Formats: sequence, C-alpha cells, structure tokens
Amino acid sequence: MVSQVGEDHSLRRRDFINIAAVSFAGVGAAAVVLPLVSQMSPSADVLALASTEVDISKIAPGQAIKTVWRKQPVFVRNLTPQEIAAANAVDVSTLRDPQTLAERTKPGKMNWLITMGVCTHLGCIPLGTGEGENRGPFGGYFCPCHGSAYDTAARIRQGPAPLNLQVPEYAFTSDTVVTIG
Amino acid sequence: MSFAWAKPYEPKTGLGRWFDERLPLPRLVYGAIGGGYPVPRNLNYWWNFGVAAGIFLTVQIVTGIVLAMHYYASADGAFNSIEHIMRDVNAGWWLRYAHMNGASFFFIVVYVHIFRGLFYGSYKAPRELVWMLGLVIYLLMMATAFMGYVLPWGQMSYWGAQVITGFFSAFPVVGEPIRVWLLGGYAPDQAALTRFFSLHYLLPFVIAAVTVLHIWALHIPGSNNPTGVDVKTEKDTLPFHPFYTAKDGWFAGALLFAYCVLTFFAPNYLGHPDNYIPANPLATPAHIVPEWYFWPFYAILRSFTVDVIIPAKLWGVTAMFGSILLLFFLPWLDKSPVRSGSYRPVFKRFFGLLILDVLVLGYVGGAPITPLNIALGQLATAYYFAHFLIILPLVSKFETPLPLPSSISESVLHGEKAEAAPIGQTKPAN
Repeated sequence: MVSQVGEDHSLRRRDFINIAAVSFAGVGAAAVVLPLVSQMSPSADVLALASTEVDISKIAPGQAIKTVWRKQPVFVRNLTPQEIAAANAVDVSTLRDPQTLAERTKPGKMNWLITMGVCTHLGCIPLGTGEGENRGPFGGYFCPCHGSAYDTAARIRQGPAPLNLQVPEYAFTSDTVVTIG
Repeated sequence: MSFAWAKPYEPKTGLGRWFDERLPLPRLVYGAIGGGYPVPRNLNYWWNFGVAAGIFLTVQIVTGIVLAMHYYASADGAFNSIEHIMRDVNAGWWLRYAHMNGASFFFIVVYVHIFRGLFYGSYKAPRELVWMLGLVIYLLMMATAFMGYVLPWGQMSYWGAQVITGFFSAFPVVGEPIRVWLLGGYAPDQAALTRFFSLHYLLPFVIAAVTVLHIWALHIPGSNNPTGVDVKTEKDTLPFHPFYTAKDGWFAGALLFAYCVLTFFAPNYLGHPDNYIPANPLATPAHIVPEWYFWPFYAILRSFTVDVIIPAKLWGVTAMFGSILLLFFLPWLDKSPVRSGSYRPVFKRFFGLLILDVLVLGYVGGAPITPLNIALGQLATAYYFAHFLIILPLVSKFETPLPLPSSISESVLHGEKAEAAPIGQTKPAN
C-alpha cells in the first residue's frame, strides 16, 4: 500500500480514478447479475397458481381426496370420530414434532384434516388417501419411499421424516368450499 | 509469447507458486492478456473492437443460456414461450431484448473489426491464419444468428427459414434433397425448429473455441498496428496490462452504454414488426427481409435476375457465398508489401469506395424490390467483386506507397515533436 500513497500521505489522483472505475464496473456487474439470478425464481404465471378452491361436500367421513396446489398434492381427509379420538389420545410431549389435532385444523372443523401430501423426509407422496392403500401402523399415512409413518392427525410417528405433514394456509370460504393458499 | 522482452509470469505468493507449478493457468492468462503480452504502443481506437467482439460473444452466451431456461422449441409453443418470457419471467423482457440487440451489436463490432483489418492490411503475412480464422468465426456467427432468428417462430422466422434453406435448392440435382434433409421435412416445421435450437445452442461454443485459435494465432506475430510496420524493439510496445486493459475497459464501457440506450429505449428498432405475428405457413409477409446484418448479402442474392448458362437462382446463391469465400483468398489477392492503408494513397481511395459500396448493398438489401433498386444492387454487386478480384491486385501492382516510418516509436515520437511545436509553426524548430 505504500506505493499507493503519495509522499504527503495523500491518495494519488490515479489511485482515486482506478478505485472509482473498478467500483463503478463492480456496481454495474452486480446490477446485471441480479436479473440473471432472479429470472430463475417462479415466474408470474407460476405465482398465479398460488391459490386453489376445493369442493369438499362429496367427501364422506373416513374418506380422503388428493388435490393439487402449486403443482403439489394436498390431502383433504374427513376424519371419523374414532380417528379424532385416536389422535387426541396421544401424549403430545412424546411426539417428534409436538402438535395437537386442534392446532392442525380449523376451530369447529376438527374433522377436516388438510395437509400437504409431501413427505417431510425427501418429498415423496405418502400412501393412505386411496381405497385400500397402506396407511401404516398409525392409521394415517405411510410413505413408501423410506418408511415414514404418520398418524390420523398426519403427525410423524415413525421413520426418518423430521416433521409432521405440513398444513398449508387455507380457509373455509363456505361449509363446503375450502380455498387453499 | 511473441517477443523476447515479454515478461515471464512471476507468482507473487506461495499459493500462486504452488498453483503455477501444477497448472500454469495464471501464467497463460498473464502471457495472453496480462503484463506478459507486449502490444504495439501506437494502437488507435479501431483496435478496441476485437475485445469488444469478445465481450458481446459473452453477452450472447450468458443471456442465451438464461433464455434457453424458459424457451421451448415447439412449433406450437415457441411463439407463446417468447411471450411468456416477455411477460411472466422475472426480468425476461430485459434478457430477451439484451439478446436481440446483443446480436446486432456483435455484428456491428465485428464489421468494424473486419474493416479495420481490411484497411490496415491485418490479413497480410504473417497473419493470414488470423484473418482466415476470423472469417470462420464470421461464417459461424451468420449461421448462429440465422438459426436464432428462426426460434421465436414468428412470420419472419418462418419465412426466413424457408428462404435461407431454399438457397440450397438452387444447386442442380442434389439441391432439393439437401434442402429436405436440412429441414427434416418439405417445409419448416417441428423437426427444423428443434434442430435449429440444438445448433443455435451449440455454435456459440464453437465460436468461442475458434476465437481461442484466432487469438492464439494472433499472439504468435503479435498485433498489427496503424503504421503496419513490424515491431522492432521493446520501445515499440507496451504491456497489454495495464495499458490496453484500461483502454479496452473504458471503450467497453462506452460501447455498453450505447448498447443499453438501444436495448432500453428502442429495443425493437433493429427488428421487424412482422416477427410478432405467429408463423403462418400459408401466408408470406409482403415485404420479407432478413436482419440488417445480412442485407448486403441479400442484395447480392437478389441482383441476379437473368439466366446465363446456369439459372439466375444458382448465380445469386453462388455469388452470395462467393462474396465471403473470396475473402479467404485476400492475403494473396492483395500483394502489396505495405500493410497499412495510411501509406497507400490509391488503395485508400478504393477502400473508401468499398465501404460506400457495402453501404449501398446494405440499403438495397433492406429496401423493397423496385427496378431502380435492382439496378443499383447489380452495380454495387459488380463493384464488390471487381474491388477484390480486379482493383486490389492491380493497385498492389502499380501503386507507389508513401515512405514508411522506420519504426513504431519513431512514428509516435514524430507526432509528439509536431505537437510540441509553437503555435503557427507546423514543423519543429530544429
């Protein structure tokens, strides 16, 4: 740095020009990199799929459907009173991701369990929505990829998955229509 | 690499030495574009356009890779995917306009680069291969630009593909089968679009590879210079870095500024509005022209209207390809030992006429077909070939060149002495 500073310890004019020019080019480069990076984020048409409406009037207790939100499966399950009782009988403190069924449903709609159909381990779709599918040892969902088992509140009980099936943001727009997202 | 006094790379840190002993990549860069590459000290601004071409090749590759993430080469979906890029993709409008106008700027700087070589005799010994590799790059650029223009699958894309592949049908017997083979069908369709996309993505990397050869071949004799006189001593040169990196850097900034003005304020100025109409195989646009950088060649193609021995169509196509191919023979057509046009008074005048001629060809190629334009195009085409095949050999034979400076540094110092002369006195007092 000694050579950069003049005899009276002032910065030489040439050093100033050098630093200013390189900084200016640096700012320009950063301004170019920004859009080059952001172009890979979801585009406007992908974001436009951000919410979806589901008619739940035809789902009988004990049944579940798979629907799609943001190109990902969503499980909508109408729990039976037995399944609700089984979920509430569990001691929450023993769970890997402690949550009660009430925390995972909307008030007064405890029978409607709406979760993402994406295993929190590595993203496979767990079984258990279709007729006769393996629902695993806890009667909820069972992921065939690596053996994660979820209970009737879709909480992780066994296997490698770290978290309960995620509950998406949703609201009941009427008694029979749910808007997800 | 080129001169005895070129400074060898000396690693400054232990890590640098460790790396250099195992992979001398920093040494290569230092010797190619660093302090280890001596360059004639008298280069003027025309010598900035080589680096500028490299910059625009980079711009095209970067924006192109990014656009390919959003484009799909489907006859049904290509046009819509372009609109998707323009409207939905984050900064997509900018990426596409940057790519469109980047192509135009790439050609602008390459044309200046070529004409600089033509004026200062950069194609002459010992730089013949530099010149020929440059022409190969130019041909690859033309192929890449043409196929890129087809990708949006608008009206101009479609009919451009139809017309340009139609060139091949001019050749007797094998022509039509070749055209069908190139297109993978009888008219441009899915097969053609997919292969054009594949090649449009490939060729820029081939261009980059040939550019490496171009620069490698250049660095053996080193750069030509405005006097055309060979470098003799260390006094004639400056290290590339920091002298020419600074000059190229400043010039790149100025050029990118002009590029931004066009990209942001007149992005479609050099384009054609008909390409915003989806491709329609059943209707040709009334006035069909290629992109501006092909206009001179389009004019040559259209100048042949009469069958003479072989059909007019074949004449046109042959002349169009020939107009570029003859440039490969330029080092042997122009036999004058003097490189720089500055010292060739007769050549200089004809060079001016050549520029005018190419501009006229460019105008005719972009203009509608009228009897006057055709006549003008024929005259300009004839002159183009006459310039290279008749005028240049004759001029190099009969011209008396001006006396050359004995060295580069002398030519530079002479200028400084004149500058130092008192006002009103053109010659230095001594």
